[in-house]
Amino acid sequence: MKIINEMRLDFWPRPENESLARMVISAFIMPVNPTLEQLGDVKTAVSEAVTNAIVHGYREARGLVRLRASLDEEGGLSVEIADKGCGIADVEQARRPFFTTMEDADRSGMGFTVMESFMDEVEVISQVNSGTIVRMRKRLAPAHALAREA
Amino acid sequence: MKPKREVTRLLDYEKKNGTVFVRLSGELDHSRAEAIRPELDELIADRSVRRLVFDFGGLEFMDSSGIGMLIGRYKLMQDRGGSVAVMPGGRRVERMMELSGLYRIIEKLA
Repeated sequence: MKIINEMRLDFWPRPENESLARMVISAFIMPVNPTLEQLGDVKTAVSEAVTNAIVHGYREARGLVRLRASLDEEGGLSVEIADKGCGIADVEQARRPFFTTMEDADRSGMGFTVMESFMDEVEVISQVNSGTIVRMRKRLAPAHALAREA
Repeated sequence: MKPKREVTRLLDYEKKNGTVFVRLSGELDHSRAEAIRPELDELIADRSVRRLVFDFGGLEFMDSSGIGMLIGRYKLMQDRGGSVAVMPGGRRVERMMELSGLYRIIEKLA
């Protein structure tokens, strides 16, 4: 599949950067004219993954969260959120609805459930003490929508 | 005459007859939830508060951090036999509420 645009953003794991990531991914997908529903889905899924990187990946530690995204000629969005934080010991368990390691910190344990509900594909690769990568895909526009511009 | 004291409030709320109404607008993510939590919890630390009502009508965005915030406040209110209710407003917030299954424990107001 031919890639028509690509971006990368690195930022500190600070809570105020959650909205930065949402703004950037929204602006990035605008050219394919997503519906309001799709825009909301992508923003929410990215927000969940970035929040996980900040709250669980790095906790108080320093590091960078990396947001990467690409759009293909058929309006397919690929987005990746990566951190070099503490990693997840049991990914399958972490993906279970309402599973949380931080019950007292008002975490709902719904992050992965939201990502899975709002995106077409979600892949989680993680290694303890070396970090986590969340890869998500979502079809935003039918093939003909972009063919006109090509 | 003393100069008028300026109070910076993060929360738009109203307290009436044992009920606290909290109106949230803009975005409710982890960052915002953390910012408003101390003021929110101070507000409901008053034992005369029996009911906490959130008006999410002005929210443009909410992720699962909003759900986490609700679960936390629900537990606090439940400990004293109180209740929590939500006016969801927009479709995005409603979708998040439904996905979470929170309406089994939190009342939905129109």
